Amino acid sequence: MNITGHDLIMACSAIGAGLAVIAGIGPGIGQGIAAGHGAAAVGRNPGAKGDIMSTMLLGQAVAETTGLYGLLIAMLLLFVQPLG
Amino acid sequence: MCLRTVKIVTLLEGGEIVSNAILMESSADNIDFMIHGIFSYELFGQTLWITTSHVCILIVMLVLLVFAIAANRKMKHATEVPDGFQNVIELIVEKLDGVVMGTMGKVAGPKFVNYISTIFIFILMSNISGLFGLRPPTADYGTTLALGLITFFLIHITQFKNIPLKQIWKDMCSPLPPWLPIWFPINLISEIAVPISLSLRLFANVLSGTVMMALVYGLLSKIAIIWPAALHAYFDLFSGAIQTYVFCMLTMTYIGQNYDAE
Repeated sequence: MNITGHDLIMACSAIGAGLAVIAGIGPGIGQGIAAGHGAAAVGRNPGAKGDIMSTMLLGQAVAETTGLYGLLIAMLLLFVQPLG
Repeated sequence: MCLRTVKIVTLLEGGEIVSNAILMESSADNIDFMIHGIFSYELFGQTLWITTSHVCILIVMLVLLVFAIAANRKMKHATEVPDGFQNVIELIVEKLDGVVMGTMGKVAGPKFVNYISTIFIFILMSNISGLFGLRPPTADYGTTLALGLITFFLIHITQFKNIPLKQIWKDMCSPLPPWLPIWFPINLISEIAVPISLSLRLFANVLSGTVMMALVYGLLSKIAIIWPAALHAYFDLFSGAIQTYVFCMLTMTYIGQNYDAE
């Protein structure tokens, strides 16, 4: 089996894409913490459930951005192939 | 899964038209979530393409236009006690008014409620259009970058209109005193990062939903019978609505900052 330079670059890009989506760990932890505090806040003050939910979802959606940057890098490596 | 087995129909591959499909149709040997060129034309020596994004955006705009004309007709003969369609229109307008006024306040709210409501409905319909087999127009970076740039210019136009230049300079040198602008470049970068992060957030969210749905339909084509409906509900409806809300909320907060300082 002959491995050309392009094949090697593609294989390394696939590995890099896999490594890039490890970025999803951070937002996962952050969203979990936000949801936990949201649940605690609802437990303390059930009347403000609507406000707490919308604030929590807004914060989680913003925190998700860093994970999505990792996803974007993975997509670029796999489908746009800037290196190959 | 070998990369080669996934036949990706790339945009503008060698300048030839790969597919004429506007609807997304993924099957086992053709996983399709890219933008297709439909036809190309020359302008000032550049080859430009009309892509599926343009067609889908036109479809979304057409639907919104028909809805707007129907709503206008209905509201011209508005009755005291609302019925049917009038209820729906009044509900939409009241909810959007409530959100914008609640976030931007009494001064800035009435000035921006039209714009914010427009982009809210547009982004929402664009994100939901994935449900009807279109490729969502917001899964194209061109669309979201345009929306982000509009927000960017609105922020800075309102800033220069409402805040005196001295105050702007002071804010840009913020942690240090105004006669020592060492922090200025860093604040400048954070200003430029606003439209980039706004547009990338929306783009990446919708794109990830589109890609995952294409993978589900492509790789699990034999067993993807009814249950992908749940995934559609999450990726297209829930995620799309959340991201719409986030985009409009951040736009409102950034613009509203320039009115609070008065």
